[in-house]
Amino acid sequence: MNPTFMTLLGQMITFAILIWFTVKFIWPPLMSAIEERQQKIAEGLAAADNAQKNLAQAQDKVNEELKAARSKANEIIEQAHQRANSLIDAAKADAIAEGNRQKALAEAEIEAAANRAKEDLRKQVSALAVSGAEKLLKREIDANAHRALIDDLAAQL
Amino acid sequence: MILEGMLLEPSGGESGGGGLTGYIVHHLTHNVVYVAGQKLHFDSWMVALLLGLLGCFLLWTQARKATAGVPGKAQAFVELVVEFVDSQVKDSFHGDRRFIAPLALTIFVWVFFMNAMDLLPLDLPAGVVTAVAGEEAAHHSYLRWVPTADVNTTFAMSITVFFLIIFYSIKAKGGWGFTKELFTAPFHAHGAFAKIVLAVPNLFLNLVEYLSKPVSLGMRLFGNMYAGELVFMLIAGLFMSWITFPFGLVANSVWAIFHILIILLQAFIFMVLTVVYLAMAHEHH
Repeated sequence: MNPTFMTLLGQMITFAILIWFTVKFIWPPLMSAIEERQQKIAEGLAAADNAQKNLAQAQDKVNEELKAARSKANEIIEQAHQRANSLIDAAKADAIAEGNRQKALAEAEIEAAANRAKEDLRKQVSALAVSGAEKLLKREIDANAHRALIDDLAAQL
Repeated sequence: MILEGMLLEPSGGESGGGGLTGYIVHHLTHNVVYVAGQKLHFDSWMVALLLGLLGCFLLWTQARKATAGVPGKAQAFVELVVEFVDSQVKDSFHGDRRFIAPLALTIFVWVFFMNAMDLLPLDLPAGVVTAVAGEEAAHHSYLRWVPTADVNTTFAMSITVFFLIIFYSIKAKGGWGFTKELFTAPFHAHGAFAKIVLAVPNLFLNLVEYLSKPVSLGMRLFGNMYAGELVFMLIAGLFMSWITFPFGLVANSVWAIFHILIILLQAFIFMVLTVVYLAMAHEHH
């Protein structure tokens, strides 16, 4: 047989064995490395996607919370305003009541003082009138005898 | 061509004679064409060119439709290779990698493809030619289709690397610094007299150092691939008799499987040494 044909035959068989070897022992680890890489990248991308979604969600939540906090704050401020107003109103009412009370007290005092002064004045005038009458009559009026008269006079003043 | 004396070309390739000697002589003869009166190993040149184009095309098709999302299997494979090469370059070359990393990738892929030709059945083209044009035509047509088993190919690459080494040395040290270092390193001297005395051995050592790089690069790859090819031819001798045919199958299979490692390793070594040499040239002393 032609030696070239025989060497070619041997080499072709060997080549087939080499291909088998490659398919059996070289291709699988290579493929698993490639697939591992693909999976890693896919996982990484998915994780990044997830993180982005989570971030967006968190942002939404933050915004919501902020909104709630703001409305709550407004409510509290409103309440505080109301409370302050009611406090002021109460204080005003108290103050007015106190003022009125003081005024009434003062007025009563003034009236009492005036009454006292009137009484004093009346007594003095009656005393003056008695002494004047004494002087006019140049005689002693029996104070006891005329007590009723004098008192009547004083009351008329 | 360069280094004509090292071609290890068998004398009287045409006549050859029969048997294993004739077989080996035939398979070690290059397909030579004459260009401007110079011999050109057309087979090495053409196969290297085609494989280079194939490598470029494969990487280009993947690079063109590369996606930032989940890659396809082919893209993932290319990414693995590129990442592997880039990390190798990053480890040894500290600086701008925009030229060095693609250079390393090119060397790795191209050398691997050229080495991988060794795994194809040696007599396949001969069988095709015999079938098409008859035995006589096959006897007179030559094809060595492992370009890296041709010293011209490996030296062409290593000399290109050599010029890059010179370029990076001058770039890093400046024209004057580079020239100065040729005469003042590795032996440093103080005083004018000592400097003049040491200039000659320094220059000699530097020339040896510089020239050893392309020679070792080119010879290492050539030697490995040439030896591998030769072993395949010797094993083919076992196929020439039906008695030794089964042993030939075993030997050829074992050598082919072992050779998968060698072709990868040699491509890797060529790439790494290129990067290391360039890194050495790039660094200041």
